[in-house]
Amino acid sequence: MFNFALGPDTALMRAHAAGYLWLGILFSSVLSLGESFRIESENLSLDGLKLAPADARAIFIGKALGNTLMLWLLSLVLLPVTIALFDVKVTLGIPALIGILLIGSLAISAPGTVYAAIASNARARDVLLPLLLFPILIPALLGCVKASALIFEGDPMNQLASWIRLLVAFNVVYWALGFILFPRVIEDD
Amino acid sequence: MPHETPLVFLLVVVGLIGVHLFVPKTRGWVWKVVAGIGVVMFAIQPYFALVWAPPEREMGEVYRIIYMHVPQVWMALLALTINAVCSFAYLMKKSWVTDSLAEASAEVGVYFGIVGVTLGAIWAKPTWGVYWDWDPRLTTAAILIVIYTGYLALRGFVEDPEKRATWSAVMGIIAFVDVPILWYSVQWWNSLHQTQSSPKTVDPQMVMVLRWSATAFLCLLFVFIWHRYLAAKETRMKEVALPEALPPARPEAA
Repeated sequence: MFNFALGPDTALMRAHAAGYLWLGILFSSVLSLGESFRIESENLSLDGLKLAPADARAIFIGKALGNTLMLWLLSLVLLPVTIALFDVKVTLGIPALIGILLIGSLAISAPGTVYAAIASNARARDVLLPLLLFPILIPALLGCVKASALIFEGDPMNQLASWIRLLVAFNVVYWALGFILFPRVIEDD
Repeated sequence: MPHETPLVFLLVVVGLIGVHLFVPKTRGWVWKVVAGIGVVMFAIQPYFALVWAPPEREMGEVYRIIYMHVPQVWMALLALTINAVCSFAYLMKKSWVTDSLAEASAEVGVYFGIVGVTLGAIWAKPTWGVYWDWDPRLTTAAILIVIYTGYLALRGFVEDPEKRATWSAVMGIIAFVDVPILWYSVQWWNSLHQTQSSPKTVDPQMVMVLRWSATAFLCLLFVFIWHRYLAAKETRMKEVALPEALPPARPEAA
Protein backbone atom coordinates (compact mmCIF):
# COMPACT_ATOMS: atom_id res chain seq x y z
CA MET A 1 0.00 0.00 0.00
CA PHE A 2 2.78 2.41 0.93
CA ASN A 3 4.34 1.55 -2.39
CA PHE A 4 1.25 2.78 -4.25
CA ALA A 5 0.77 5.82 -2.07
CA LEU A 6 4.28 7.14 -2.47
CA GLY A 7 5.23 6.02 -5.96
CA PRO A 8 7.74 3.39 -7.05
CA ASP A 9 11.05 5.06 -6.21
CA THR A 10 13.22 2.10 -5.21
CA ALA A 11 15.95 4.10 -3.45
CA LEU A 12 13.40 6.03 -1.42
CA MET A 13 11.51 2.84 -0.63
CA ARG A 14 14.65 1.17 0.60
CA ALA A 15 15.50 4.13 2.86
CA HIS A 16 12.05 4.12 4.41
CA ALA A 17 11.55 0.38 4.65
CA ALA A 18 11.94 0.30 8.44
CA GLY A 19 9.21 2.89 8.83
CA TYR A 20 6.82 0.93 6.60
CA LEU A 21 7.57 -2.29 8.45
CA TRP A 22 6.78 -0.75 11.85
CA LEU A 23 3.71 1.11 10.67
CA GLY A 24 2.43 -2.20 9.34
CA ILE A 25 3.08 -3.86 12.70
CA LEU A 26 1.48 -0.94 14.57
CA PHE A 27 -1.71 -0.98 12.51
CA SER A 28 -2.07 -4.72 12.80
CA SER A 29 -1.38 -4.51 16.54
CA VAL A 30 -4.56 -2.49 16.99
CA LEU A 31 -6.52 -5.30 15.36
CA SER A 32 -4.92 -8.08 17.35
CA LEU A 33 -5.07 -6.19 20.67
CA GLY A 34 -8.71 -5.30 20.16
CA GLU A 35 -9.51 -8.86 19.19
CA SER A 36 -7.78 -10.26 22.29
CA PHE A 37 -10.35 -8.55 24.53
CA ARG A 38 -13.35 -8.63 22.20
CA ILE A 39 -13.58 -12.42 22.50
CA GLU A 40 -13.18 -12.16 26.26
CA SER A 41 -15.99 -9.70 26.72
CA GLU A 42 -18.34 -11.40 24.26
CA ASN A 43 -18.14 -14.73 26.06
CA LEU A 44 -17.73 -13.18 29.52
CA SER A 45 -14.64 -15.34 29.85
CA LEU A 46 -12.79 -12.49 31.56
CA ASP A 47 -15.18 -13.01 34.46
CA GLY A 48 -14.19 -16.66 34.50
CA LEU A 49 -10.54 -15.65 34.62
CA LYS A 50 -11.22 -13.31 37.49
CA LEU A 51 -12.96 -16.10 39.40
CA ALA A 52 -9.91 -18.27 39.09
CA PRO A 53 -7.74 -18.25 42.23
CA ALA A 54 -5.04 -16.17 40.57
CA ASP A 55 -3.76 -12.66 40.93
CA ALA A 56 -5.25 -10.17 38.48
CA ARG A 57 -1.70 -9.12 37.71
CA ALA A 58 -1.06 -12.61 36.42
CA ILE A 59 -3.84 -12.04 33.90
CA PHE A 60 -2.04 -8.93 32.72
CA ILE A 61 1.27 -10.74 32.32
CA GLY A 62 -0.43 -13.60 30.49
CA LYS A 63 -2.46 -11.35 28.22
CA ALA A 64 0.44 -9.05 27.44
CA LEU A 65 2.84 -11.91 26.75
CA GLY A 66 0.20 -13.53 24.53
CA ASN A 67 -0.20 -10.30 22.60
CA THR A 68 3.58 -9.98 22.36
CA LEU A 69 3.83 -13.45 20.88
CA MET A 70 1.08 -12.71 18.36
CA LEU A 71 2.76 -9.50 17.27
CA TRP A 72 6.19 -11.03 17.14
CA LEU A 73 5.00 -13.91 14.95
CA LEU A 74 3.18 -11.44 12.74
CA SER A 75 6.28 -9.28 12.41
CA LEU A 76 8.33 -12.36 11.55
CA VAL A 77 5.92 -12.95 8.67
CA LEU A 78 6.10 -9.30 7.60
CA LEU A 79 9.89 -9.20 7.74
CA PRO A 80 10.72 -11.33 4.65
CA VAL A 81 7.92 -9.57 2.76
CA THR A 82 9.46 -6.19 3.62
CA ILE A 83 12.94 -7.33 2.64
CA ALA A 84 11.68 -8.71 -0.65
CA LEU A 85 9.33 -5.87 -1.59
CA PHE A 86 11.59 -2.96 -0.69
CA ASP A 87 14.81 -4.70 -1.71
CA VAL A 88 16.68 -3.94 1.52
CA LYS A 89 19.96 -5.46 2.64
CA VAL A 90 20.16 -6.44 6.30
CA THR A 91 23.68 -5.24 7.04
CA LEU A 92 23.85 -6.23 10.71
CA GLY A 93 22.21 -9.60 10.28
CA ILE A 94 18.75 -11.09 10.70
CA PRO A 95 19.14 -12.16 14.39
CA ALA A 96 19.62 -8.53 15.53
CA LEU A 97 16.52 -7.55 13.60
CA ILE A 98 14.50 -10.37 15.13
CA GLY A 99 15.62 -9.11 18.55
CA ILE A 100 14.42 -5.59 17.77
CA LEU A 101 11.11 -7.01 16.55
CA LEU A 102 10.73 -8.80 19.89
CA ILE A 103 11.55 -5.68 21.97
CA GLY A 104 9.17 -3.67 19.82
CA SER A 105 6.38 -6.23 20.21
CA LEU A 106 6.89 -6.16 23.98
CA ALA A 107 6.76 -2.35 23.95
CA ILE A 108 3.50 -2.28 21.99
CA SER A 109 1.86 -5.01 24.05
CA ALA A 110 2.25 -3.60 27.57
CA PRO A 111 0.32 -0.34 27.17
CA GLY A 112 -1.70 -2.00 24.40
CA THR A 113 -3.09 -4.64 26.74
CA VAL A 114 -4.14 -2.07 29.35
CA TYR A 115 -5.79 0.14 26.77
CA ALA A 116 -7.43 -2.75 24.95
CA ALA A 117 -9.00 -3.82 28.23
CA ILE A 118 -10.33 -0.29 28.70
CA ALA A 119 -11.46 0.25 25.14
CA SER A 120 -13.15 -3.15 24.76
CA ASN A 121 -15.87 -2.11 27.21
CA ALA A 122 -16.34 1.43 25.98
CA ARG A 123 -18.51 2.78 23.23
CA ALA A 124 -16.83 3.09 19.80
CA ARG A 125 -14.00 0.81 20.90
CA ASP A 126 -12.53 0.48 17.42
CA VAL A 127 -11.98 4.24 17.31
CA LEU A 128 -10.92 4.59 20.91
CA LEU A 129 -8.06 2.08 21.02
CA PRO A 130 -5.85 3.70 18.34
CA LEU A 131 -6.76 7.15 19.65
CA LEU A 132 -5.49 6.26 23.12
CA LEU A 133 -2.66 3.96 22.14
CA PHE A 134 -0.86 5.64 19.24
CA PRO A 135 0.32 8.80 21.02
CA ILE A 136 1.66 6.72 23.93
CA LEU A 137 3.54 4.50 21.48
CA ILE A 138 5.31 7.27 19.58
CA PRO A 139 8.60 6.97 21.54
CA ALA A 140 8.59 3.20 21.04
CA LEU A 141 7.79 3.55 17.34
CA LEU A 142 10.60 6.06 16.96
CA GLY A 143 13.07 3.77 18.72
CA CYS A 144 12.00 0.70 16.72
CA VAL A 145 12.16 2.47 13.37
CA LYS A 146 15.57 4.03 14.06
CA ALA A 147 17.01 0.79 15.40
CA SER A 148 15.67 -1.23 12.45
CA ALA A 149 16.91 1.32 9.96
CA LEU A 150 20.39 1.14 11.51
CA ILE A 151 20.28 -2.65 11.27
CA PHE A 152 19.26 -2.41 7.61
CA GLU A 153 21.84 0.17 6.63
CA GLY A 154 24.68 -0.51 9.07
CA ASP A 155 25.65 1.46 12.14
CA PRO A 156 28.92 3.34 11.56
CA MET A 157 28.30 5.84 14.39
CA ASN A 158 27.34 3.29 17.09
CA GLN A 159 23.90 4.83 17.60
CA LEU A 160 22.11 1.53 17.90
CA ALA A 161 22.76 1.07 21.64
CA SER A 162 21.12 4.35 22.60
CA TRP A 163 17.92 3.50 20.70
CA ILE A 164 17.83 0.07 22.30
CA ARG A 165 18.26 1.72 25.71
CA LEU A 166 15.25 3.93 24.93
CA LEU A 167 13.20 0.85 24.03
CA VAL A 168 14.27 -1.00 27.17
CA ALA A 169 13.39 2.01 29.34
CA PHE A 170 10.01 2.29 27.60
CA ASN A 171 9.36 -1.39 28.26
CA VAL A 172 10.35 -1.17 31.92
CA VAL A 173 8.10 1.86 32.55
CA TYR A 174 5.01 0.52 30.78
CA TRP A 175 5.28 -3.10 31.92
CA ALA A 176 5.59 -1.82 35.51
CA LEU A 177 2.64 0.56 35.11
CA GLY A 178 0.54 -2.13 33.46
CA PHE A 179 1.43 -4.62 36.17
CA ILE A 180 0.35 -2.20 38.89
CA LEU A 181 -2.69 -0.64 37.19
CA PHE A 182 -4.24 -3.50 35.23
CA PRO A 183 -6.09 -5.08 38.20
CA ARG A 184 -7.94 -1.79 38.67
CA VAL A 185 -9.02 -1.79 35.03
CA ILE A 186 -10.73 -5.17 35.03
CA GLU A 187 -12.24 -5.09 38.52
CA ASP A 188 -15.96 -4.44 38.58
CA ASP A 189 -17.40 -3.23 41.80
CA MET B 1 8.23 48.90 41.47
CA PRO B 2 10.40 46.59 43.65
CA HIS B 3 11.28 43.34 41.93
CA GLU B 4 9.90 41.23 44.75
CA THR B 5 6.32 42.49 44.25
CA PRO B 6 5.12 39.54 42.12
CA LEU B 7 6.44 37.10 44.71
CA VAL B 8 4.29 38.86 47.31
CA PHE B 9 1.28 38.56 45.01
CA LEU B 10 2.15 34.92 44.38
CA LEU B 11 2.28 34.21 48.10
CA VAL B 12 -1.06 35.96 48.63
CA VAL B 13 -2.69 34.00 45.80
CA VAL B 14 -1.25 30.69 46.95
CA GLY B 15 -2.36 31.50 50.50
CA LEU B 16 -5.88 32.28 49.33
CA ILE B 17 -6.01 29.05 47.34
CA GLY B 18 -4.87 27.24 50.48
CA VAL B 19 -7.62 28.88 52.52
CA HIS B 20 -10.11 27.93 49.80
CA LEU B 21 -8.98 24.29 49.88
CA PHE B 22 -8.80 23.78 53.61
CA VAL B 23 -11.59 26.01 54.93
CA PRO B 24 -14.72 24.90 53.07
CA LYS B 25 -16.79 27.75 54.52
CA THR B 26 -14.79 30.31 52.54
CA ARG B 27 -15.41 28.65 49.16
CA GLY B 28 -18.20 31.06 48.32
CA TRP B 29 -16.04 34.16 48.18
CA VAL B 30 -12.32 33.33 48.09
CA TRP B 31 -12.36 32.49 44.41
CA LYS B 32 -13.88 35.90 43.71
CA VAL B 33 -10.98 37.59 45.49
CA VAL B 34 -8.49 35.48 43.50
CA ALA B 35 -10.36 36.31 40.29
CA GLY B 36 -10.25 40.02 41.25
CA ILE B 37 -6.49 39.89 41.84
CA GLY B 38 -6.13 38.12 38.50
CA VAL B 39 -8.17 40.76 36.67
CA VAL B 40 -6.13 43.59 38.20
CA MET B 41 -2.84 41.82 37.40
CA PHE B 42 -3.93 41.12 33.82
CA ALA B 43 -4.96 44.76 33.42
CA ILE B 44 -1.46 45.97 34.36
CA GLN B 45 0.40 43.09 32.71
CA PRO B 46 0.43 44.53 29.15
CA TYR B 47 2.16 47.68 30.44
CA PHE B 48 4.85 45.63 32.19
CA ALA B 49 5.28 43.20 29.34
CA LEU B 50 5.17 45.62 26.40
CA VAL B 51 6.62 48.87 27.79
CA TRP B 52 8.35 48.46 31.13
CA ALA B 53 10.47 45.34 30.46
CA PRO B 54 13.61 46.01 28.41
CA PRO B 55 13.96 44.53 24.90
CA GLU B 56 15.98 41.37 24.61
CA ARG B 57 19.56 41.50 23.28
CA GLU B 58 19.20 39.05 20.39
CA MET B 59 15.48 39.00 19.66
CA GLY B 60 14.59 42.62 20.35
CA GLU B 61 10.89 43.17 20.88
CA VAL B 62 9.75 39.80 19.55
CA TYR B 63 10.70 38.02 22.78
CA ARG B 64 7.85 39.74 24.66
CA ILE B 65 5.54 36.88 23.77
CA ILE B 66 7.46 34.97 26.46
CA TYR B 67 5.22 36.62 29.05
CA MET B 68 2.26 34.75 27.59
CA HIS B 69 3.89 31.58 26.22
CA VAL B 70 5.91 30.47 29.25
CA PRO B 71 3.28 31.03 32.00
CA GLN B 72 0.62 29.27 29.92
CA VAL B 73 2.79 26.20 29.45
CA TRP B 74 3.68 26.25 33.15
CA MET B 75 -0.01 26.32 34.00
CA ALA B 76 -0.69 23.47 31.58
CA LEU B 77 1.97 21.33 33.26
CA LEU B 78 0.66 22.31 36.70
CA ALA B 79 -2.89 21.36 35.72
CA LEU B 80 -1.76 18.01 34.32
CA THR B 81 0.22 17.37 37.51
CA ILE B 82 -2.97 18.03 39.50
CA ASN B 83 -4.67 15.57 37.16
CA ALA B 84 -2.07 12.88 37.89
CA VAL B 85 -2.28 13.48 41.66
CA CYS B 86 -6.09 13.23 41.52
CA SER B 87 -5.89 10.09 39.39
CA PHE B 88 -3.58 8.49 41.91
CA ALA B 89 -5.76 9.62 44.81
CA TYR B 90 -8.83 8.18 43.09
CA LEU B 91 -7.20 4.78 42.70
CA MET B 92 -6.23 4.84 46.38
CA LYS B 93 -9.68 5.84 47.56
CA LYS B 94 -12.73 6.22 45.33
CA SER B 95 -14.24 9.66 45.49
CA TRP B 96 -16.24 11.82 43.11
CA VAL B 97 -14.24 14.80 44.30
CA THR B 98 -10.91 13.60 42.91
CA ASP B 99 -12.61 12.24 39.80
CA SER B 100 -14.28 15.57 39.04
CA LEU B 101 -11.10 17.46 39.82
CA ALA B 102 -9.16 15.17 37.48
CA GLU B 103 -11.65 15.88 34.69
CA ALA B 104 -11.51 19.63 35.34
CA SER B 105 -7.72 19.83 35.50
CA ALA B 106 -7.21 17.72 32.37
CA GLU B 107 -9.55 19.88 30.34
CA VAL B 108 -8.05 23.15 31.57
CA GLY B 109 -4.56 21.70 31.12
CA VAL B 110 -5.26 20.78 27.50
CA TYR B 111 -6.61 24.28 26.90
CA PHE B 112 -3.53 25.98 28.34
CA GLY B 113 -1.29 23.50 26.53
CA ILE B 114 -2.86 24.20 23.14
CA VAL B 115 -2.74 27.97 23.62
CA GLY B 116 0.82 27.82 24.98
CA VAL B 117 2.09 25.69 22.10
CA THR B 118 0.31 27.89 19.57
CA LEU B 119 1.95 30.98 21.06
CA GLY B 120 5.27 29.13 20.94
CA ALA B 121 4.72 28.41 17.24
CA ILE B 122 3.96 32.09 16.59
CA TRP B 123 7.16 32.99 18.41
CA ALA B 124 9.14 30.37 16.49
CA LYS B 125 8.34 31.89 13.08
CA PRO B 126 10.37 35.11 13.53
CA THR B 127 13.11 33.56 15.69
CA TRP B 128 13.67 30.07 14.23
CA GLY B 129 12.24 30.82 10.79
CA VAL B 130 9.60 28.08 10.99
CA TYR B 131 6.39 27.64 12.92
CA TRP B 132 7.08 24.06 13.74
CA ASP B 133 10.15 21.89 14.00
CA TRP B 134 10.10 18.24 15.02
CA ASP B 135 12.62 18.71 17.78
CA PRO B 136 12.31 16.83 21.10
CA ARG B 137 10.62 19.62 23.07
CA LEU B 138 7.99 20.35 20.44
CA THR B 139 7.42 16.68 19.68
CA THR B 140 6.88 15.76 23.33
CA ALA B 141 4.55 18.77 23.73
CA ALA B 142 2.51 17.67 20.72
CA ILE B 143 2.36 14.09 22.01
CA LEU B 144 1.26 15.39 25.41
CA ILE B 145 -1.65 17.31 23.94
CA VAL B 146 -2.73 14.36 21.80
CA ILE B 147 -2.53 11.98 24.79
CA TYR B 148 -4.66 14.20 26.99
CA THR B 149 -7.12 14.82 24.16
CA GLY B 150 -7.42 11.03 24.05
CA TYR B 151 -7.96 11.08 27.81
CA LEU B 152 -10.85 13.51 27.40
CA ALA B 153 -12.22 11.38 24.56
CA LEU B 154 -12.12 8.34 26.84
CA ARG B 155 -14.10 10.25 29.44
CA GLY B 156 -16.63 11.09 26.76
CA PHE B 157 -16.94 7.53 25.49
CA VAL B 158 -17.63 5.69 28.76
CA GLU B 159 -21.14 5.92 30.14
CA ASP B 160 -20.80 4.19 33.50
CA PRO B 161 -19.44 6.87 35.88
CA GLU B 162 -17.50 4.45 38.10
CA LYS B 163 -15.83 2.67 35.20
CA ARG B 164 -15.09 6.02 33.59
CA ALA B 165 -13.48 7.27 36.78
CA THR B 166 -11.29 4.20 37.28
CA TRP B 167 -10.21 3.90 33.66
CA SER B 168 -9.46 7.54 33.23
CA ALA B 169 -7.48 7.50 36.48
CA VAL B 170 -5.41 4.62 35.10
CA MET B 171 -4.94 6.53 31.88
CA GLY B 172 -4.12 9.74 33.72
CA ILE B 173 -1.20 8.02 35.43
CA ILE B 174 0.04 6.40 32.21
CA ALA B 175 -0.29 9.70 30.36
CA PHE B 176 1.66 11.61 33.01
CA VAL B 177 4.82 9.70 32.04
CA ASP B 178 5.22 12.24 29.22
CA VAL B 179 5.22 15.32 31.49
CA PRO B 180 8.69 14.89 33.06
CA ILE B 181 10.02 13.83 29.64
CA LEU B 182 8.66 17.10 28.23
CA TRP B 183 10.23 19.14 31.04
CA TYR B 184 13.67 17.54 30.75
CA SER B 185 13.63 17.12 26.96
CA VAL B 186 15.62 20.33 26.46
CA GLN B 187 18.31 19.08 28.81
CA TRP B 188 18.47 15.48 27.65
CA TRP B 189 18.58 16.07 23.92
CA ASN B 190 19.96 18.77 21.65
CA SER B 191 16.84 20.78 21.16
CA LEU B 192 16.23 23.88 19.11
CA HIS B 193 14.15 25.10 22.03
CA GLN B 194 16.27 26.78 24.70
CA THR B 195 16.76 25.17 28.10
CA GLN B 196 15.06 26.52 31.20
CA SER B 197 16.43 29.94 32.15
CA SER B 198 17.31 30.71 35.72
CA PRO B 199 16.50 34.00 37.45
CA LYS B 200 20.25 34.40 38.06
CA THR B 201 21.06 34.74 34.37
CA VAL B 202 18.10 36.85 33.27
CA ASP B 203 17.53 40.58 33.65
CA PRO B 204 15.70 41.15 37.00
CA GLN B 205 13.05 43.25 35.27
CA MET B 206 12.27 40.38 32.92
CA VAL B 207 12.11 37.94 35.81
CA MET B 208 9.74 40.26 37.60
CA VAL B 209 7.37 40.56 34.62
CA LEU B 210 7.47 36.83 34.01
CA ARG B 211 6.57 36.14 37.64
CA TRP B 212 3.84 38.77 37.45
CA SER B 213 2.34 37.07 34.39
CA ALA B 214 2.67 33.63 35.94
CA THR B 215 0.81 34.78 39.06
CA ALA B 216 -1.93 36.31 36.93
CA PHE B 217 -2.26 33.05 35.00
CA LEU B 218 -2.28 31.10 38.25
CA CYS B 219 -5.37 33.08 39.31
CA LEU B 220 -6.93 32.28 35.95
CA LEU B 221 -6.01 28.59 36.25
CA PHE B 222 -7.48 28.37 39.74
CA VAL B 223 -10.77 30.01 38.75
CA PHE B 224 -11.04 27.88 35.59
CA ILE B 225 -10.39 24.61 37.38
CA TRP B 226 -12.68 25.51 40.27
CA HIS B 227 -15.62 26.25 38.02
CA ARG B 228 -14.98 23.32 35.73
CA TYR B 229 -14.79 21.18 38.86
CA LEU B 230 -18.15 22.44 40.13
CA ALA B 231 -19.70 21.62 36.75
CA ALA B 232 -18.12 18.16 36.68
CA LYS B 233 -19.20 17.42 40.23
CA GLU B 234 -22.75 18.50 39.47
CA THR B 235 -22.87 16.26 36.39
CA ARG B 236 -21.47 13.36 38.38
CA MET B 237 -24.01 13.78 41.16
CA LYS B 238 -26.83 13.76 38.61
CA GLU B 239 -25.42 10.61 37.03
CA VAL B 240 -25.20 8.63 40.25
CA ALA B 241 -28.39 9.97 41.84
CA LEU B 242 -31.39 7.66 41.80
CA PRO B 243 -34.33 8.95 39.81
CA GLU B 244 -36.75 10.54 42.26
CA ALA B 245 -39.90 9.48 40.45
CA LEU B 246 -39.19 5.77 40.94
CA PRO B 247 -40.60 3.96 43.96
CA PRO B 248 -38.00 2.82 46.53
CA ALA B 249 -36.09 -0.18 45.21
CA ARG B 250 -37.28 -3.54 46.47
CA PRO B 251 -34.74 -6.28 47.09
CA GLU B 252 -36.55 -8.87 44.92
CA ALA B 253 -36.64 -6.48 41.97
CA ALA B 254 -32.88 -6.42 41.71
